[in-house]
Amino acid sequence: MSEYLAVLVFLGVGIGMVLFTFFLARLIRPAHPYKAKNQSYESAEKPIGDAWVQFNNRFYIFALMFVVFDVEAVFLFPWAVAFGQLGLYALIEMVIFIAVLLFGLLYAWKKGVLKWV
Amino acid sequence: MQTDTVQLVFYLFSFLIIISAIYVVTLKNIFHSAIFLVLTLFGVAGIYILLHAEFLAAVQVLIYVGAVSVLMIFAIMLTTRLASREIKQSNEQVMAGIFICAGFLLASLGSFANTVWRVVDKPLPENNTLTLGQLLMNEYVLPFEVVSIVLLAALIGAIVLARKEGA
Repeated sequence: MSEYLAVLVFLGVGIGMVLFTFFLARLIRPAHPYKAKNQSYESAEKPIGDAWVQFNNRFYIFALMFVVFDVEAVFLFPWAVAFGQLGLYALIEMVIFIAVLLFGLLYAWKKGVLKWV
Repeated sequence: MQTDTVQLVFYLFSFLIIISAIYVVTLKNIFHSAIFLVLTLFGVAGIYILLHAEFLAAVQVLIYVGAVSVLMIFAIMLTTRLASREIKQSNEQVMAGIFICAGFLLASLGSFANTVWRVVDKPLPENNTLTLGQLLMNEYVLPFEVVSIVLLAALIGAIVLARKEGA
């Protein structure tokens, strides 16, 4: 448990550094807010609408596939830790596990999901 | 770590979870709510570490903080104009909501009070990720392989649904 004290200190220093930077910036910067400063940046043109635009729907399928393979990666961790004690049998099990998911990747590839149109 | 340090860290993380969870349900901008939900889930990972469930904490950070939040933020950004819109966080059902929440609180407090909490008398395994890996590869190998089928089904289902919409 005590090894996590270092993680906690790291977390605290990380958060503290950001807060300190913001505080320091607030101290030394001039403060002259006016409306035009809040406009979306549109190189020398008058902006139309705001900066929140609707993103392309194709991004979503990539996010979904990322979640699936992220879950797969999670299962790799305990396998990798225990692999030294388990040997060939565990290797075959993991090859089956990955092969099944490989079908999914091949399916996505074949359907052209991975291609950006 | 001493017990009181652990207790202090527990209270810190609980404070983080509760405050950010309140922000999730009260903020007017749904995008900000999603960001605070990430903070809530991260706090839960901290609680898992305190419970000696290191692997679960890693899974929490990888899957919930990493992947599921990306999915939610994408869903918000992909929906037309949702991110910049101010939404009302309450409706005319407030009173019914209060009653249901109070009832749920009473029911859970009652069951907490009546439960005999069993404590493991054996010492916990030193390296529980190792134990988990061994169990996954020996006793629970069939559920483990079924997980890959479930993931495959999820992947193919997502592709089929997304393709139909796109074409």
